[in-house]
Amino acid sequence: MTSNASTLTLAKALNAGLRRSMENDPKVLMMGEDVGKLGGVFRVTDGLQKDFGEDRVIDTPLAESGIIGTAVGLALRGYRPVCEIQFDGFVFPGYDQLVTQVAKMHFRSGGRLRLPIVVRIPYGGGIGAVEHHSESPEAYFAHTPGLKVVTCANPIDAYWMLQDAISADDPIIFFEPKRRYYEKAEVDLDNHPGIGLHASRVVRDGSDVTVATYGPMVKTCLEAAVAAEDEERSLEIIDLRTLSPLDLDPVYESVRRTGRLVVVHEAQRTLGIGTEVAARVTEECFYSLEAPVVRVTGYDTPYPPARIEDDYLPDLDRVLDGVDRALAY
Amino acid sequence: MTVDTAATSNRGAADGEPELVQLLTPEGQRIPHERYDALIDDITADEIRGFYRDLVLSRRIDSEAVSLQRQGELGLWASMLGQEAAQVGSSRALRRQDHVFPTYREHAVAWCRGVDPAQLLGLFRGVDQGSWDPAQNNFHLYTIVIGAQTLHATGYAMGVQRDGANGTGDPDRDAAVIAYFGDGATSQGDVSESFIWASVNNAPVVFFCQNNQWAISEPLERQTRVPLYRRAHGFGFPGLRVDGNDVLACLAVTREALQRARDGEGPSLIEAFTYRMGAHTTTDDPTRYRLDTELEHWRLKDPIERVKAYMIRSEMADQAFFEQIEAEADDMAERLRRECRALPDPAPDSIFDQVYVDTPPTLLAQRDEMVRYLDSFADEEASR
Ligand SMILES: Cc1ncc(C[n+]2csc(CCOP(=O)(O)OP(=O)(O)O)c2C)c(N)n1
Ligand SMILES: [Mg+2]
Repeated sequence: MTSNASTLTLAKALNAGLRRSMENDPKVLMMGEDVGKLGGVFRVTDGLQKDFGEDRVIDTPLAESGIIGTAVGLALRGYRPVCEIQFDGFVFPGYDQLVTQVAKMHFRSGGRLRLPIVVRIPYGGGIGAVEHHSESPEAYFAHTPGLKVVTCANPIDAYWMLQDAISADDPIIFFEPKRRYYEKAEVDLDNHPGIGLHASRVVRDGSDVTVATYGPMVKTCLEAAVAAEDEERSLEIIDLRTLSPLDLDPVYESVRRTGRLVVVHEAQRTLGIGTEVAARVTEECFYSLEAPVVRVTGYDTPYPPARIEDDYLPDLDRVLDGVDRALAY
Repeated sequence: MTVDTAATSNRGAADGEPELVQLLTPEGQRIPHERYDALIDDITADEIRGFYRDLVLSRRIDSEAVSLQRQGELGLWASMLGQEAAQVGSSRALRRQDHVFPTYREHAVAWCRGVDPAQLLGLFRGVDQGSWDPAQNNFHLYTIVIGAQTLHATGYAMGVQRDGANGTGDPDRDAAVIAYFGDGATSQGDVSESFIWASVNNAPVVFFCQNNQWAISEPLERQTRVPLYRRAHGFGFPGLRVDGNDVLACLAVTREALQRARDGEGPSLIEAFTYRMGAHTTTDDPTRYRLDTELEHWRLKDPIERVKAYMIRSEMADQAFFEQIEAEADDMAERLRRECRALPDPAPDSIFDQVYVDTPPTLLAQRDEMVRYLDSFADEEASR
């Protein structure tokens, strides 16, 4: 196999993935606010309008309901729309279309109608932004049958998962960890890593405590694992990657060895992804558990003003504190 | 007030732009208007000087905020450079009892309503999400989610109506509501819905759209094929376009629309035709999507220069006056910088205080958990 490797930031990897999808399939369209000439506020669609034209890279009117609703129509007509929502906090005008229409069309039509729509949403905090620009709304979507939800944590997954999502036939909400847009990695642009879109993955082996996380917190947890080594604690880190459906087999396998699980996410705690993971692990691994499942998350408040977001967001110390709590039993 | 009846109007038609209400030309000539002269014939030279002061001081708040952002004191700023006349003219038409629902860019409106400029900075510094008391100045919190506030304004106006607080003929009682929003916002469903609600309820609300020609990188053509003000007719209420860089014209048309609302005659739409001279926000790079020539064209229509020219032309002010305003702006800027740097960060556990009126014990438990966690670091420090 030849390899065509390139060092890319996560944002550039997404851009390369979009480009590849547009080259491979003329039915793929980009649509959203400022995605054309500007290339999106994070430049994820940079250069695409120039190369693929205004018919395929559409600067839409400023209306998220319109973006999602017209994507439904375009999809019914055989296109594969990739919608960009500018920031996490602005998806809600389109939420009705997503929940009542996109999520149910296949079901309602007895499987006759397919909506291969991808909705890209930059999410999460840690960038010092004003309100509505730092939220983690993934659970709202994961709670909705009919939608699939995935999130990438590194440039390689950004590049491949996005292409896999675009070529899939179900509607997929694709969450992009915006504070990691500028993290770099070497990406093999030609050879698919072979892992499925809806598969989670152990990203660091360990033996004392299992840490399950996703998106922006994967890096934080990997750093925590390095710090934990100093105290002779070995953390196994799992990048969930897919939030709906969840793929917890690697988590069960790990917890059966470690007996302890910490789930980490930025989103608020109550009825978050961690809650579902805890419930399922309790069902599947009850006799292996040495401690209750610990959740390290944002608090159950609106996202706070930027100057105190560091105290709201889980960080390395809070992950280690969660590990301590799991080990205290 | 002096009106130059010989002057010809430059209402934009020459630029291929549709007719708009204009009372002051970019050169500072006061041109007559059949309908709107009467709406501002009470305006004294003192008040004109006051408008000039509003324009200059609010522009200074804006430029200081841009520098404070550059210095790292603010996380972000949304500059209103170029839109001062639309904001000052419209808000000087308000009475004390009227209510304002702004976007995130209404800094000159906030100024005219008496909001402390340092309080405006908190949201952008990242220490709060709007620290002023909306009831104090009838100036609601900034709304960032595009268009949402137009519905709030309409509902508020429906409340005014139910309270019998309009249509009584009492100038100190009758109230109106004004909703500010941008050209891009007109595409949001919320804005169309607010037009419908206002129309069918005959609600006392004025929709004040600052068409600054851009929604981040998207030019007006991405949002509409008809001039925005014409949308109103389809919803069943009047709409007009005004020169948004003309403080007097903005004052006149907003006075008329607010009075309609106060008198119980229903909503109106005003499209203030203006230009966003700066970047969308301090994180934006407009060179990626627009040409400098456009900026040059609009620089000639500067909202402050034309008032100054008018005042000089009609001998309403001398050099000493302009110098005095400059000095006042310098003082205010100095105070703003000082007060911005002094804005305290909130206590981390304060995030739990205002989520609910009646805080549930589960949330109090989370607060205790946070406090215990943060205290564990203090203990570590102490034991070192
Ligand atoms: C619902 C929603 N979608 C997207 C955004 C991101 N956004 C912020 S400002 C803006 C453009 C607004 O344009 P306009 O209404 O013309 O107001 P202006 O910024 O020009 O004053 C966009 C898309 C948002 N704040 N809210
Ligand atoms: Mg605009």
